[in-house]
Amino acid sequence: MIRPIASLGRGTLEALSALGRASMFLAQSAVGIPSREGWHLWLRQMHFIGVMSLAIVLVSGLFIGMVLGLQGYTILVGFGAEDALGQMVALSLLRELAPVVAALLFAGRAGSALTAEIGLMKATEQLTSMEMIGIDPLRRIVAPRLWAGFISMPLLTVGFSVVGIWGGYLVGVQWLGVFDGSYWSNMQSSVAFVDDILNGMLKSVVFGLVVTWIAVFQGYDLIPTSEGISRATTRTVVYSSLAVLGLDFVLTALMFGELG
Amino acid sequence: MKRSKMMEFGVGLFVLAGILGMVFLGLRVSGISLGVPQDTFTLQANFANIGGLKSGSRVAMAGVTIGRVSDVALDTEWLDARVTMELDEDLEGKISRDSTASILTSGLLGEQYVGLSVGGDPEMLEEGDTIRDTQQALVLEQLIQQFVSNMTSD
Amino acid sequence: MFDNYRDVDERYVTDTTLVDVEGLHFSRGENDIFRGVDLRIPKGKITAVMGPSGTGKTTLLKLIGGQLVPDAGRVCIDGEDVHGLSRRALFRMRRRMGMLFQSGALFSDLSVFENVAFPLRVHTDLPEAMVRDIVLMKLQAVGLRGARNLSPAELSGGMARRVALARAVALDPELVLYDEPFVGQDPISMGVLVQLIKTVNQALGLTAVIVSHDIKETLSIADYVYIIADGQVMAHGTPQTLDVNRDARVKQFVHGEPDGPVPFHYPAPDFYRDILATKGERP
Repeated sequence: MIRPIASLGRGTLEALSALGRASMFLAQSAVGIPSREGWHLWLRQMHFIGVMSLAIVLVSGLFIGMVLGLQGYTILVGFGAEDALGQMVALSLLRELAPVVAALLFAGRAGSALTAEIGLMKATEQLTSMEMIGIDPLRRIVAPRLWAGFISMPLLTVGFSVVGIWGGYLVGVQWLGVFDGSYWSNMQSSVAFVDDILNGMLKSVVFGLVVTWIAVFQGYDLIPTSEGISRATTRTVVYSSLAVLGLDFVLTALMFGELG
Repeated sequence: MKRSKMMEFGVGLFVLAGILGMVFLGLRVSGISLGVPQDTFTLQANFANIGGLKSGSRVAMAGVTIGRVSDVALDTEWLDARVTMELDEDLEGKISRDSTASILTSGLLGEQYVGLSVGGDPEMLEEGDTIRDTQQALVLEQLIQQFVSNMTSD
Repeated sequence: MFDNYRDVDERYVTDTTLVDVEGLHFSRGENDIFRGVDLRIPKGKITAVMGPSGTGKTTLLKLIGGQLVPDAGRVCIDGEDVHGLSRRALFRMRRRMGMLFQSGALFSDLSVFENVAFPLRVHTDLPEAMVRDIVLMKLQAVGLRGARNLSPAELSGGMARRVALARAVALDPELVLYDEPFVGQDPISMGVLVQLIKTVNQALGLTAVIVSHDIKETLSIADYVYIIADGQVMAHGTPQTLDVNRDARVKQFVHGEPDGPVPFHYPAPDFYRDILATKGERP
């Protein structure tokens, strides 16, 4: 009887202390705003995190847009409302699919790589030796990665949306014969710049921060063995996927909850 | 050195593509216009019930969109809904004083919008004037109730 | 037990002490790693800290470098308490220290040249030409001037450690901490490293602390040796005095005997009873 309660208590305390460490970690690294001399460090991470994730995000966006076009058409044509296809594709992408799917892909592609990279630096004592030389690794290693992830994510999301809308256009208009003008005009009359596009972007900014935060923290906090690194990499993907989906619900409730 | 130039170029391209994508979303997808905000001509109307009308809803005349609802508020004097509309400036001085504003629904389940129909009065509405003749939104429940009470009284 | 040594060695050690460790206690979780360790590291000499694996030798270096904070006791470098310093003062003190890590710990995203230049760029505003001169000088000293454009991934283990040595002494520190410098090296690069540590130490007149369990190599260059076991200093003295130490544990360690006070077997029940046990009795 006592053991399960004790282990619950221990689990809670451990979770709280990890959360505390993670918050301290974020606060200490976020002050390392890219400076002029740190510019090339940041640039390198933008390349590694953002540019290298672009291909997978764009290809996925195209396919998701095409599937939306196809599925949406078969449903809408039953009501004779296939003209509303553009509206459906654009709204589902901008509000939900682009921020969420791009963040999930980002966690798998860039997040796990970040964890493994920082973990390896820790295992090979690079972080400790940096500290001994008198440089704070939070500023030099973690901060540029955090900022690069934070900035890349909305850009990737924009790419995802644009390509997805184009994919829906390809399938709906070019292939299935929805009228070109109604695809765009229905979209324009129903998509609001602030409510839909900016809110979607806001989501992606939050996701970008959370995913990169989880990834670099898992890398920094792991046990420096090969097993520790592989576990932390898995944890990064699992935690950040859960965090993205959970936060998506919260943000959706806050942003779109009163509509209807 | 060459590699770092390539990297800079790649990152620059990435950021540029993101900005262009945002512009595309703004212009093509949400249909905002970059032009200088047009001068508008404001009219007001009081409705007994506005149904689902909200700020940003369409204002149309003969089916053509001529403006948007800019504000919906409760008129504390009359205890009805006061709707402020912003119309194209070209229409200033062309809408007669006895015009009717009614709240209509596009399609069976569509959005609600304000429809203006012009009357015959030679005097025209000016900036900030109020349309007197209004028709409230159709509320489905009220219609059904009316229909049922008519049936029973027959 | 070792009081007789202490009387003799005290005079040897106290002339000028750079690092003074007093009553150091440190524990990690439930494990007591140090239970009152006293060390004096003389200036300008090579001091070795030895002991069986898992006695926390690396932890000791981290305590000296101020990366870990002891539960009790003090570490003074040149009279300053390392753990009483502000973060800024600590980082300033670390400029006077170099540390060579077990794995070399070269920054994998920088070339050999940039790795050695790193401390210079961080702590000084020297013009690029001067940085280049210093880096090439240090690389020349470890015999790797020709490898300056390689990336750390292209180096062998021994070469990586030599580059790390060049980096550790880039700022001409007063104190260099070596963490297991000989571990996992082939005989040739081991010999090279032993020679290098010795010559670098003599040339720069610096104070070195070597943490190691490679007895032969370490004793060949050390001026003074501390042996740590069970969280305490088990013995200390010059290599010559330790060689003739009659204490059983010291003897076992210094001469590398497989069995002795430190048992060969992990604690286990009696072998024959264990072998003959039926299935049901197995834990």
